[in-house]
Amino acid sequence: MKIIQLTLATKRSLYGVLFVAPWLFGFIFLFAIPLYESFVYSLSELKLAMGGFETTFKGLAYYKELFTVHPTFNRLLVDSTVEMLLNVPSIVIFSLFAATLLNQKFRGRGIARAIFFLPVLLSASVLSLEMSNGLGDVVSGITGDTNGKAGEMFSMGGKELMFLLMDAGLPLQLIGFIVDFVTQIYQVISKSGVQILIFLAALQSISPSLYEAAKIEGTTGYEAFWKITFPMISPMLLTNIVYTIIDSFTNNKLNKLIMDTAFQSLNFSQSAAMAWVYFAMTSLILVVAVGLISRKVFYHD
Amino acid sequence: MEKQLKQGSRGWNLRFRRFNPERFALKWSWVLIRAILISGLCYVILYPLFFKLSIVFKSRIDIYDTTVLWIPRNFTLDSFRTAFEALNYPTTFASTIMISLITTLFQVISCSLAAFGFARLRFKGSGFLFACVIFTIVVPSQTIMIPTYLNYRYFDVMGLISLFTGERGINLLDTYWPFILQSATGMGIKSGLFIFIFRQFFRGLPKELEESAYIDGCGVPQTFFRIMLPNAVPAMITVLLFSFVWQWNDSYFVSLYLTRVKVLATQLPTMWASFQMDDPLYAFMIKNAGEMLFIAPVLILYLFVQRYFVESVERTGIVG
Repeated sequence: MKIIQLTLATKRSLYGVLFVAPWLFGFIFLFAIPLYESFVYSLSELKLAMGGFETTFKGLAYYKELFTVHPTFNRLLVDSTVEMLLNVPSIVIFSLFAATLLNQKFRGRGIARAIFFLPVLLSASVLSLEMSNGLGDVVSGITGDTNGKAGEMFSMGGKELMFLLMDAGLPLQLIGFIVDFVTQIYQVISKSGVQILIFLAALQSISPSLYEAAKIEGTTGYEAFWKITFPMISPMLLTNIVYTIIDSFTNNKLNKLIMDTAFQSLNFSQSAAMAWVYFAMTSLILVVAVGLISRKVFYHD
Repeated sequence: MEKQLKQGSRGWNLRFRRFNPERFALKWSWVLIRAILISGLCYVILYPLFFKLSIVFKSRIDIYDTTVLWIPRNFTLDSFRTAFEALNYPTTFASTIMISLITTLFQVISCSLAAFGFARLRFKGSGFLFACVIFTIVVPSQTIMIPTYLNYRYFDVMGLISLFTGERGINLLDTYWPFILQSATGMGIKSGLFIFIFRQFFRGLPKELEESAYIDGCGVPQTFFRIMLPNAVPAMITVLLFSFVWQWNDSYFVSLYLTRVKVLATQLPTMWASFQMDDPLYAFMIKNAGEMLFIAPVLILYLFVQRYFVESVERTGIVG
């Protein structure tokens, strides 16, 4: 009997297939096929029948209905997109700032880091104070009136800040952005845990010899940040922007609408169509963002 | 002796000459500003926790009393007790922790296997498949929600089951099987991200480590389990913690797959709604107590893992 002799390279690549096999299996059966099926469902009517379901082809009817008939879909889509476009810069800027802070040496750094990563672990709904849906009144009732509305603790500062900035003569749009950032600092912080982590790891991977050389040449800290730190972490900047965009799409009102359409009004096809429009929107934004930013990214190696 | 003295005095002179009031002021003002910034931000993060902590120990009289602000006057565990019962805590807790542990275990195994394959065992098309991994991160899980749901509702492997039983698949909803299946095949919550983290870490390990194992007669699987995995502990801690906690907090998959089995993430809103009817203030208190019960296990876990986690961040190769 002759045993087939494999070269080391073939053997290794066979092992590679073996190692990836569980994932590949899942990818095909739990991702690729459902993705295709969901597209088919969005194009056809799905009826639950005895012991199963049936589909009849309808064409683009559901998409048309979505944009022309559905009462809230358009607005929610635009709303969540605009909100995301506003949130992404503030989250990324804040997390870069926080990471630079946490990267310095000071006493109690371990504790500070542990606290900054806390929002990653606790679900956002628990950590936030739920200022919306009239709960502010309940909260103020509990903490007492001396505090004003506890839920609006941060937005009170927002108004004063707005007047201050207006006196300083800044353009209104910029003021709006800054005030939004300050009033939403809570959401921003609670959403930027993973981003801080990524930036921190990036900052630590920069070789100290670069800073030493720069210091010998006489750079200030400010210059060192823009000429060394910023280019060196720019690949991670891209990663973070992509992550933030994806993350902002995971919990918003649109998702809830998609879910409700499927399981409360049992309109599966409509829900699938929504999900596809939503997916198209996400990928469009991602492609634009990556296309714009990746030109500026500096790769060290 | 004399030489040492001389050197010492020179060192002293150097230090003395270097003292620069301007630089000193700059340095210490930065330290001050940094301290204020960091403690302020930490306060903002911890504020809701303190807030909840102060509420849950109050008695029902205290929440109407406007003179009681932070420290409860009548210290009691009543709201905890009510929330504990309303949540049906022991059973929900057990099912939550079961699901979280199962998914964490399977996810770590499947993701590290796939990541090792992508990082070190190149084969034709592995670059394309890795692009597919990134693609799974990008696609929102809502897009494949309906087929996934129907898939588990009428679960079938290539028509085999319906061939034998004559029915259209079996119902896997309300069991742990969907969670096991999707985490064992690397399709669970953010599995793509975990594969990415592991892959970057494996790529960062020196090649010599692996090669010397081969020279000593290890096969590929043995190398993976005995050389690569023990070296990947930092990445593993990160993935373990994330995987556990995200599954714990997740309400999307849980509400998709489970209707009768209750877990904490789905039970909390229901409880909140059931109390809100008669007394919103009291309901708010109970809700906070419930949330404390919900996050307590995660907080306790974090207290223990925190040190390794923060350390591991420095060494994980999240960086490309």
